[in-house]
Amino acid sequence: MNRTRLLLLQIGLGFGMLLFWHIVTTYPLLGDVKTIQFFFSNPVDVAARIWKLFHTGVIWRHLGITLAETLLAFVIGSGAGIVIGFWFARQPRVAAVCDPYVKMANALPRVVLAPIFMLWFGLGIWSKVALGFTLVFFIVFFNVYQGVKEVSPVVLANARMLGMNERQLLRHVYWPSALSWMFSSLHTSVGFALVGAVVGEYLGSAAGLGYLIHEAEGTFDVTGVYAGMVVLSLFVILIDYGVTLVEGRLLAWRPPAPETT
Amino acid sequence: MFVPSQASAPSRTEPAIVRLDQVSVRFGVGPGAYEAVRHASLDVAAGEFVAIVGPTGCGKSTLLNVVAGLLAPSAGQALVNGRKVEGVTREAGYLFQQDALMPWKTALANVAVALEVGGVAPLEARERARGLLARVGLARFTERYPHQLSGGQRKRVALAQMLIRNPSILLMDEPFGPLDAQTRGMMGDLLLSLWSADRKAVLFVTHDLEEAISLADRVVVMSAAPSSRIMADHCIDLPRPRSINEIRLEPAFHDYRRAIWNDLRDEVMKAYGAQDEGESAP
Repeated sequence: MNRTRLLLLQIGLGFGMLLFWHIVTTYPLLGDVKTIQFFFSNPVDVAARIWKLFHTGVIWRHLGITLAETLLAFVIGSGAGIVIGFWFARQPRVAAVCDPYVKMANALPRVVLAPIFMLWFGLGIWSKVALGFTLVFFIVFFNVYQGVKEVSPVVLANARMLGMNERQLLRHVYWPSALSWMFSSLHTSVGFALVGAVVGEYLGSAAGLGYLIHEAEGTFDVTGVYAGMVVLSLFVILIDYGVTLVEGRLLAWRPPAPETT
Repeated sequence: MFVPSQASAPSRTEPAIVRLDQVSVRFGVGPGAYEAVRHASLDVAAGEFVAIVGPTGCGKSTLLNVVAGLLAPSAGQALVNGRKVEGVTREAGYLFQQDALMPWKTALANVAVALEVGGVAPLEARERARGLLARVGLARFTERYPHQLSGGQRKRVALAQMLIRNPSILLMDEPFGPLDAQTRGMMGDLLLSLWSADRKAVLFVTHDLEEAISLADRVVVMSAAPSSRIMADHCIDLPRPRSINEIRLEPAFHDYRRAIWNDLRDEVMKAYGAQDEGESAP
């Protein structure tokens, strides 16, 4: 299947689904239009609402806050994950002692932490950052830990024979290996940072995309919920695209084999 | 039955740069212990090319690792320049059988880093690395990452990486094993031409008898595992410079081949027998 054909089919499928949605919510085929629209809204209304959100500029503040929370959660979570992952991998005794607690903390569904974070950090952005942090941290931590542990013994022996001391091994062998594992999970960790931000907003806040959707739900404004969802998915696709660009630059040395998590 | 042909071993007066003195290597403890090498003694003079052959799993690489300082012998000692090996041997360069390049560095960076860790300024290191990569025929591939190079090209980068520090001892562990026959021949010629420019002591491990004879001054034969010993030492008196493919046509080459194979045959059979019984080396 060539590119143009694929693109046409993709657009066609999307258009078909929208058309189906439009028809069943505009014409009384399955029952009363008003009732159906209450539950499923209507694509034209949703489009108009999205246009309004952008036209009036209301959305920008919410997008900005969600983006800020996502980035902060990602940066702080990755930083902590790298440092602790490195530390554990180089100190097997520390890792062995902490192992059950790390597993326990990771097994906990993060949503239950949201109320506690709100208590600690208030309703502003930091409770959302904290929630995103708990998600990002473990992904990066496990990947960095694995990356340091699984350095090829031959590459390591070779580096030693080249005369590298511990510090140089860290810089030229362990560090790049750990980073490559971390970068291979970039999509997942950025995605989880966003999940943390939106879920946090949804559970209690005064701004952000999650708040927007939650507010619309509270007033049975289904059109508003759908509009928020569409904006959110477009936002995620955009961020994911950005990550793909960054990844392409950082992992240029990798063979293009499908070996990522 | 073989007769150790010690008579053919060369007699030298110069001091050995590498000396293995009754080296034994044992892995593990108790009843599960496995002795890879027993009482191996070997002298390598400066500038001498010594090949070690033996059946699979016979501890050839173990001996190299002892000289490199990557593995401590359980008995006996290894001496380099008269000093006991403790920690990594600084004077030695090691060419591994497997890919040992850092995959996240380009060919140039892989070679240059060997100098940089020794304190050479990055710019100068890169310049010298570029020069050496050109000598191994990779002038146009300096910016490639290892996965973008063929197996033979990766070996050339590894060769340059080893040689750039100018080590006085080269340790090679079946370095051309994974390559196809033609590339092996070319790599052998390349190695000989680089080596003849400034003769270093070489310990070259291989299971390929013809490769050993065509490259080396001496071929040392090891017995089958476990508890491998050095059981023969043949001096190869073929003229240099040699061409890997042409030297094999010499009548003298076949005499050496026959003589060494006589020593090796029983051991190879033993090794295969052991493998069939599921007792291959760990």
